[in-house]
Amino acid sequence: MGAVSNVTGQSVGLEVQGLRVSFDGFVAVADTSFTVQAGESFGIVGESGSGKSTVLRAICGLAAHESGTVQLIGAGPKPLPGSKPFRRLVQMVFQDPYGSLHPRHTVDRLLAEPLAIHGVGNAQERIERALDEVGLGQGFRFRYPHQLSGGQRQRIAIARALILEPQILLLDEPTSALDASVQAEVLNLLETLRSQRGLTFILVSHDLAVVTHLCERLVVMQRGRTVEMLASADLAASRVTQPYTRQLMEAAVGFRRKVTTLQSVGNLTLKETPAHIGFAQAAII
Amino acid sequence: MSDPLLVVDDLRVAFPNREGGWVEVVRGVSFTLGKERLGIVGESGSGKSQTGRAILGLTAPEGRVTAKRLAFNGTDLLHCTAKERRALRGGRIAMVLQDPKFSLNPVMRIGDQIVETLQAHSKVSNAQAKKQALAALEQVQIDDPARVYRLYPHEMSGGMGQRAMIAMMLIANPDLLIADEPTSALDVTVQLQVLAILDALVVQRGMGLIFISHDLRLVSTFCDRILVMYAGRVVEELPAGGLAQAQHPYTLGLLNCLPQLGDGRHPLPTLNRQPQWAL
Repeated sequence: MGAVSNVTGQSVGLEVQGLRVSFDGFVAVADTSFTVQAGESFGIVGESGSGKSTVLRAICGLAAHESGTVQLIGAGPKPLPGSKPFRRLVQMVFQDPYGSLHPRHTVDRLLAEPLAIHGVGNAQERIERALDEVGLGQGFRFRYPHQLSGGQRQRIAIARALILEPQILLLDEPTSALDASVQAEVLNLLETLRSQRGLTFILVSHDLAVVTHLCERLVVMQRGRTVEMLASADLAASRVTQPYTRQLMEAAVGFRRKVTTLQSVGNLTLKETPAHIGFAQAAII
Repeated sequence: MSDPLLVVDDLRVAFPNREGGWVEVVRGVSFTLGKERLGIVGESGSGKSQTGRAILGLTAPEGRVTAKRLAFNGTDLLHCTAKERRALRGGRIAMVLQDPKFSLNPVMRIGDQIVETLQAHSKVSNAQAKKQALAALEQVQIDDPARVYRLYPHEMSGGMGQRAMIAMMLIANPDLLIADEPTSALDVTVQLQVLAILDALVVQRGMGLIFISHDLRLVSTFCDRILVMYAGRVVEELPAGGLAQAQHPYTLGLLNCLPQLGDGRHPLPTLNRQPQWAL
């Protein structure tokens, strides 16, 4: 693994400052700033529409940002965002392994493509190694995505991101489409790979438990803005200051029957739909 | 309790494989359901969705459904005609599917879809149907029913789409609702709102509910009774909130492999599947 060891000494982090992304006037992300140190694992939590995935997409150039800067920090080379060397250093794993792999390409071809784009040699050897690293044997090399289970597909997606030996891995809900037991396997795999390669992770998830498991620090986003930045240990000990974070924590515990009582249905939806407390009343009476 | 709403005895669903044999995906599932919330939990491939589909008669045509008894309110579902089955489906038994993006008609306005459901099951005038559809949307706590009525599925968020689907399923006043992963595509906070709506409606209307999910924790906080399925069989039945009493190694393994706030287990324990569980 010579190619791997000579880059670990130059790991890079990422700094996002005043990021703002809008689509046709709709502001998806506003004034978001955070710094991820080299080798750190950083989480972004929020519900759909909070802009957490858009932050990742803006970092890797899939969404154009209106203002703000994204730059690499740390000891290694720091190519500019949008450039080819940047894309080689910063790779992304998408949420849905059913949608992110080309259905008519074999695993071999899926893994060969990033290598071809970046002009990396000895593809054969790298593909074999990448498959071994994500815990799939060579037997999977000439299969099509539909011949793989969800967990296996996500492993292929991780292998595709890692085959370029990036420094930063952007993970957009990497386990939310997977079963609980498969999720545990993929999380363990990500942790192992990170410690082996000194990777920097930016993990986006709606699952607080997953984020605190994998990340040391996290930011909570709501409606495109960062609500709270805190250490995972603080979250685990419920040292949170913002009501929204607390709400997310409560939601993670599970459903509570008293939610259906008049008052709590009212409370739960009060901020969003004040007009419907009437319904809640009707449902109880 | 009088007669149970639904009796399922030794339900088996099989699909042909390439070698000309049959693969049983549901292998002898039995339960009865009254006006209660029953949770069916399992991972993908455990046969939980196929169980729900078989009850509704939505098994793919090449599939084979057999059972000692499959009865809904005294009606034998296995031997009734397709016409009788169709009358039950949507009218008396309804199903909420996982992802509103894929299960709503993408080229039809939400309101029209709800009206279509209603008019398929009862004779109502267009004006009356529209009024009822708006009321149904309001019941699932949609803010501006008149606006949402005119939206296409791609114009709504996942949570809103799922609420619209619940409205659509409940408009014909079914006695039994089968919800197949109704909240898996939703955010945690929206999930709870949708569950609260579902819960209130089930209680209010005295429906039976079969709640199919992979999320053991969620189901245990929501349902009265839980069946844990593995490889087409029910491996364990648990009372509400009875997760602590779970005995089967599969159930325990499932619970154990979830990351939890504030525990420092690295690496996470993974599920070590034993071949004898599938026997």
